[in-house]
Amino acid sequence: MDDLYRDFILEHYKRPKNFGELEPHDLEAHEHNPLCGDELGVHIRVGDGKVEDLRFHGHGCAISQASASIASEELIGMELDAVASLDADWLLDLLGIPISATRRKCALLSLKAMRAAITGEGSWPV
Amino acid sequence: MATPATATESTLDIRGDFPILAREIDGRPIVYLDSGATSQKPEAVLKALDDYYRFHNANIHRSVYLLAQEATELFEGARERIAAFCGGETRTTIFTRNATEAINLVAYAWARRELGRGDAVLITEMEHHSNIVPWQLATEDAGASLRHLRVSDDGLLSLEELDAELAKGDVKLVAVAHVSNVLGTINPVAEIVERAHRAGALVLVDGSQAVPQMPVDVGQIGADFYVWTGHKALGPTGIGVLHGRAEVLESMRPFLGGGDMIAHVDIERSTWNELPWKFEAGTSMIAEAVGLGAAIDYLAAIGMERIRAHEHALTDYAMAGLGAVEGVKIVGPTERAGLISFVIDGMHPHDIAELVNRDNVCIRAGHHCAQPLMRRLGVGATARASFGPYNNQADVDALIGSLGRAREVFGL
Repeated sequence: MDDLYRDFILEHYKRPKNFGELEPHDLEAHEHNPLCGDELGVHIRVGDGKVEDLRFHGHGCAISQASASIASEELIGMELDAVASLDADWLLDLLGIPISATRRKCALLSLKAMRAAITGEGSWPV
Repeated sequence: MATPATATESTLDIRGDFPILAREIDGRPIVYLDSGATSQKPEAVLKALDDYYRFHNANIHRSVYLLAQEATELFEGARERIAAFCGGETRTTIFTRNATEAINLVAYAWARRELGRGDAVLITEMEHHSNIVPWQLATEDAGASLRHLRVSDDGLLSLEELDAELAKGDVKLVAVAHVSNVLGTINPVAEIVERAHRAGALVLVDGSQAVPQMPVDVGQIGADFYVWTGHKALGPTGIGVLHGRAEVLESMRPFLGGGDMIAHVDIERSTWNELPWKFEAGTSMIAEAVGLGAAIDYLAAIGMERIRAHEHALTDYAMAGLGAVEGVKIVGPTERAGLISFVIDGMHPHDIAELVNRDNVCIRAGHHCAQPLMRRLGVGATARASFGPYNNQADVDALIGSLGRAREVFGL
């Protein structure tokens, strides 16, 4: 089995969870990776200070799409404040695959967009 | 492996001249298919760089001692040979840091002076960002407009559309790639220059992908500015070339101010050195020019016609082989230079590049600094294999075999 392209990564890539648009939504963000042109948009519906529902859309590599799918499952139900404080290691640990320096932004684009939707600030997670 | 019946292995075999191609990673050779991004360097270039620093290093154009004379002769000798290699004149062959800087030189020293309200710059949808962004900045500063020619579904420009744009009467400059770094399209630049000149517009040609792989005669093309970069043409990084038309260069102000580019300096004003040094402020990239001189000597000794024939045959072989891989879609025209951009259904180009790297196959994936073209093609990114004179059919076979394994990982 491939170290990077494990079955669960490919499964999330081919059949992503929470992929699409969410109407109506309360929060949104659209981020891109300037290195490769990948784009990722996020729609969030808020309820009771929490992420009530979330959808992501756009195009990207298996790592970025699987990362968005996996992160989306974790974020639904999470307090907005908690999402804002998530860091790169949270997502990289969740992915559990060896991410090289050149693929780091692929893996983190989803968290960048999801945090940006909530905080309005789209810095790269560190 | 699908081998086209007509394909015959070209006789050009120069791999042994490129030390890096002898390197093995995990006991297996490197399959370098990214010469469109940068070329590998032959021993002759490495030796020229080393010899320069080891035996001749001194600053040029200034001192009377022997080392300085040798360095100056090596630097100016390289300029003479590089000019002749491209069919240009020595005094209109200007060294820059790269093609991007050469375009910016024109954008600052020509466009910002010559463009005004109501004027237009015409670019194309297939340009590299380096031939888009400088014109966005310059037209914005000058209050001029920026228009573009579209790319057809076949990856070609339309001369009729060019004529229609020129007929509007406001185009002062046409900026166009000689060879597209994504599509491989070879644009009819001499024809474009003729039509633009008839309409009173100047032309800048970006030859970064052309000079390394085909005979280029800037005199015959007739562009007012023809730019290219050394590192894609077997030379070192840090050196590019601008071939200009003498009367245009004479009429221009300098780009960067500083030492070497002046004739006389008073504390309040100065006069400019003659061509080409008027555009070369500060200590030049001496070793890099010497290295690029060695690179074009190497290319000239093989012969650019022969290199083009070799890469043409190899590209045809690769087009047939790649086209036969299930799910592969090649973008761009049939007749093309030595590069092939492609996508695979169900696999993102980054994942393709990552997986073929497991077999030491080096290809580029991404938007290739051509985001407007990516949008035109309706893709976010492509994978690209591009060839140098050192590549052979075994490299193409390795790529195709590796793509098959990559598809298996993705369950395709």
